[in-house]
Amino acid sequence: MPTYSLNTPLTDADIEKLRAGDVVLLNGIIYSGRDAAHKKLMELLDKGEPLPFDLKGASIYYVGPSPAPPGRPIGSAGPTTSYRMDAYAPRLIALGLKATIGKGKRSDEVKKAMAGHKAVYFGATGGAGALLSKCITASKVIAFDELGPEAVREMTVQDFPLLVINDAFGGELYAKPNLED
Amino acid sequence: MKEIKAADISAAVARMCISANTRLPDDVRRKFEEGLANETTAAGKEIFRQLIENADLSFDTKLPLCQDCGLAVFYVEMGEEVVVPGGINKAINEGMVKGYQDGFLRKSSCDPLTRKNTGDNGPAIIHMDMVPGDGLKISYMAKGGGSENMSRVTMLSPSQGWEGIKKFVVNRVAEAGPNPCPPIILGVGIGGNFEIAPKIAKKALLRKLDDTHPDAKIAEMEAELLAAVNKLGIGPMGLGGSYTCLAVKIAMAPCHIASLPLAVNVQCHSARHEEAEF
Repeated sequence: MPTYSLNTPLTDADIEKLRAGDVVLLNGIIYSGRDAAHKKLMELLDKGEPLPFDLKGASIYYVGPSPAPPGRPIGSAGPTTSYRMDAYAPRLIALGLKATIGKGKRSDEVKKAMAGHKAVYFGATGGAGALLSKCITASKVIAFDELGPEAVREMTVQDFPLLVINDAFGGELYAKPNLED
Repeated sequence: MKEIKAADISAAVARMCISANTRLPDDVRRKFEEGLANETTAAGKEIFRQLIENADLSFDTKLPLCQDCGLAVFYVEMGEEVVVPGGINKAINEGMVKGYQDGFLRKSSCDPLTRKNTGDNGPAIIHMDMVPGDGLKISYMAKGGGSENMSRVTMLSPSQGWEGIKKFVVNRVAEAGPNPCPPIILGVGIGGNFEIAPKIAKKALLRKLDDTHPDAKIAEMEAELLAAVNKLGIGPMGLGGSYTCLAVKIAMAPCHIASLPLAVNVQCHSARHEEAEF
């Protein structure tokens, strides 16, 4: 299984070499955002106001971490289920978002947006929040602090372990359920 | 009458919330080890390896096993001869809020429409059963949103029977696919009515994964459903394999002659629960 070490922000060239099933160790800055934050990002876009971070080449991690205990940059921080952000993702991908990180299936609209604008969907291991938090070396809230666990955070990741679930060429890693009988 | 102090209940509840979120139950861990040894796919094996490492790290560091520390669900069996001055609901709520605060657990409760976080994970969801005697047993379950979202209640027609039940459960798991963090555990409530079926389905998740239902017929039904679901091949985190589901737990209750209520509660692999007795 090919393994790539990639740095954010991601480029078209990064995306073009990835195929479903590849392992990626991600390094650099990523942004947390889930349900409530996405709704607010859409409101900012509707009003023509700037977003709290530059979407060009950006990676959004669908996560609402647990509170950081003293001496740690972050609490437990595994992925949440991605389909709830399907309503928002195509618009962000069209504006330059290169990667989303979560768990679970994406809609056809999101897959189409990823193919059309060169973006990928990474899976992180759900329910391994303590383990994944080891790869997050810094974290600070940069927007929507009032949302608590749903605030937008700028996170620094080091060798953050991901699997390419959907690539930009229509490839998908998830097993199709065997319902033949 | 036997008096139990509200402060003792609060303290035990706070302890349970912290402990359950940082200590994977032994029966779940044994299933992970079995999966690591026997899963047919390399990707599935790797997930089990990570989950075991995650459990060890959580226990050592007290970082929660999963960032979704759930809504706090409590099953209370309270003896009719027990009194709790100050009230048991208040005691449980206060203990839960303290546990989630002191344990750095995520507060996941919010207004359904404004989506504003309540800030303290409250209110606790408390199912109270009065039972004979002077005992008090409180079971706590941390139920995450991702798996709860994949759960369903349906009102089947009596003519659909066991075959209809099986079909609904298998289709539910197939549709949920990788979303609820497989390998999952299924709580299946058969009968009762519109509110009883999901209640007993979820409560069935308190059972040990490796127990056997005392009713041989139900034990057989559980084994049949487990085999049917695992034939789907979804595997750990949806990456393919034979471990889609670790266990099926069925609870049944009499129902109306017109109805066949069915509830499927999907539990993720981070099956966190604990109990305290007084």
